[in-house]
Amino acid sequence: MVPLEEAPEPAAPGAVARLVRELRSNRSAMVGGLVLAAIVLGCFVLPQIWGISPTKTSLVTRFLPPVWGDGGSWAHPLGTDNLGRDVLARILAGGQVSLLVAFCTASVAVSVGLVLGTLSGYFGGWVDSIIMRIGDLFLAYPFMLLTISVIAIMGPSLPVLILVLALSDWVTYARTVRGSVLSVKEREYVAAARSIGTPDTEILRRHIIPNVLSPVLVVGTVRAASYIIWESGLSFLGMGVPPPTPTWGMMLSEGRDYILDAWWLATLPGLAIMFTILSVNLVGDGLRDALDPRLKGNN
Amino acid sequence: MLRYILRRLTHTVLVIIGISAISFIFLHLSGDPVGLVLPQDATQEQIAALRQEMRLNDPIYLQYLHFVTAALHGDLGLSIYTREPVVGLILERMPATIELALAALVLSLAVAIPIGVLAAVKRGSWMDTISMTVALFGLSMPHFWLGIMFIMVFSVQLGWLPTSGRGTWLQLLMPATALGVSLIALFARLTRSAMLEVLSQDYVRTARAKGLSEIMVVGNHALRNALIPLVTVVGMEFGFLLGGAVIIEMVFAWPGVGRLIVQSILDRDYPVVQAAVMMLAIVFVTVNLLIDLLYGWLDPNISYDGRSK
Repeated sequence: MVPLEEAPEPAAPGAVARLVRELRSNRSAMVGGLVLAAIVLGCFVLPQIWGISPTKTSLVTRFLPPVWGDGGSWAHPLGTDNLGRDVLARILAGGQVSLLVAFCTASVAVSVGLVLGTLSGYFGGWVDSIIMRIGDLFLAYPFMLLTISVIAIMGPSLPVLILVLALSDWVTYARTVRGSVLSVKEREYVAAARSIGTPDTEILRRHIIPNVLSPVLVVGTVRAASYIIWESGLSFLGMGVPPPTPTWGMMLSEGRDYILDAWWLATLPGLAIMFTILSVNLVGDGLRDALDPRLKGNN
Repeated sequence: MLRYILRRLTHTVLVIIGISAISFIFLHLSGDPVGLVLPQDATQEQIAALRQEMRLNDPIYLQYLHFVTAALHGDLGLSIYTREPVVGLILERMPATIELALAALVLSLAVAIPIGVLAAVKRGSWMDTISMTVALFGLSMPHFWLGIMFIMVFSVQLGWLPTSGRGTWLQLLMPATALGVSLIALFARLTRSAMLEVLSQDYVRTARAKGLSEIMVVGNHALRNALIPLVTVVGMEFGFLLGGAVIIEMVFAWPGVGRLIVQSILDRDYPVVQAAVMMLAIVFVTVNLLIDLLYGWLDPNISYDGRSK
């Protein structure tokens, strides 16, 4: 979580190779990347091969503990819940929702932030004032409360969730982009382009946007971790993706009723959330260090 | 200084007007309240009378003006469910939420600042590595999950702490800690990086060269300046605390505004939801105003007229 104004310096063109090299030499980012890749593969590919339904109930196999527990079996490696549903299958299915929400939210929010931030930074003046004042208003609303009050009205569903989360957070990106645009537009090559009469759209497309993309993508990666937390928080409250689709938050909320005799129901989905976020954070930190060596090791 | 305060005040008032407009729009979008208030077999006359009474026939800008005028008089409407004024319902629960948020904030600062300072001073040592690794885990844990784990371990297994309710500090301990852990992690990382930045400055070298003890240098010269960036983030994270409290209050049955919001959503009692969200947002904006003013007092280098000294 970088302070909003602290946009990293835009990377010079052709920095992708350097970025990859930097990331490779960053051990924690590599570990994070590998864990994240494993989680993504596990959530989206494993269910296809394994073929156990996350929603199939079975009254004879209720409350089976994980395989290492007393009476656990490999048929249900992480045990079963109060309705006899397989916990591992549910965690994997819940992961699909969380990852999908995080990815789509970040994409929508980055896109909106990119457009508005670019307009704001490039054109300045009243365009800038209007966009930034609206942004202030969004920042004044505590993120969680804004999403709750919209979902209360529109009702919970996957698209609503993504749109609401993205709308609550576009300002973060708009500010980052605006900061980068302000510094890029003073560069000589932009002045040169303008002096030979290149139209604004062309300058934006060729010179500005490519240079502001990398910082905003870093912020997007770091923020994606928060989206996973907020998505699971909203599902926990019953305001996420509605049942029967399993989500990590919903599993936590259901498991809460059984902490006396089925500890794994509330514990395991939480661990899934933690490791996913941890890996996203490691990758985000690595990306930021790679793009902005000045901050390296300081955070 | 006065001009700065005035400008910040104007800005805050504008934001609050914006918040009120958003709340009004949400309330408007939440549908016709008449159907929720009146029984199914209400007559046309009853419906018409209620519409008149609730001013639903007025044009929307008049409705908004009425909403604002009433709000300024402390009237944010009636609960659809209980027909009580929502302001009373919310104010009754506000202290609990603010108590929880402040407790989490104080706790996290008290733990995070020493950790961050130590990690910066002993940069690269095992203490630094361990505390920053733990911080990374702390940042990655959802607070409501941590809350459930606390209940499982400290209430159910060990029987040390009560699972829920409000009244004694023992009941405050678990919700405040659960809410504060990710902030401890965030603040510790921030303090560390701010300290590292400050410790490399000239005035710190000068202080050391004067022969001041390391404690004086770190505590008096460096820490005071390192705290400045922390203050802004504390303001922004207060919003996280108010929003996060919604979930933590559900986990620990804490009788605050958050639980009222969730319950009202389940009851489709939208006036309560919107008013509660609006009042929390106003608390948040006010806290940030106070912090901005505090900021100026902490950092003499901030200029109030928009130019740097």
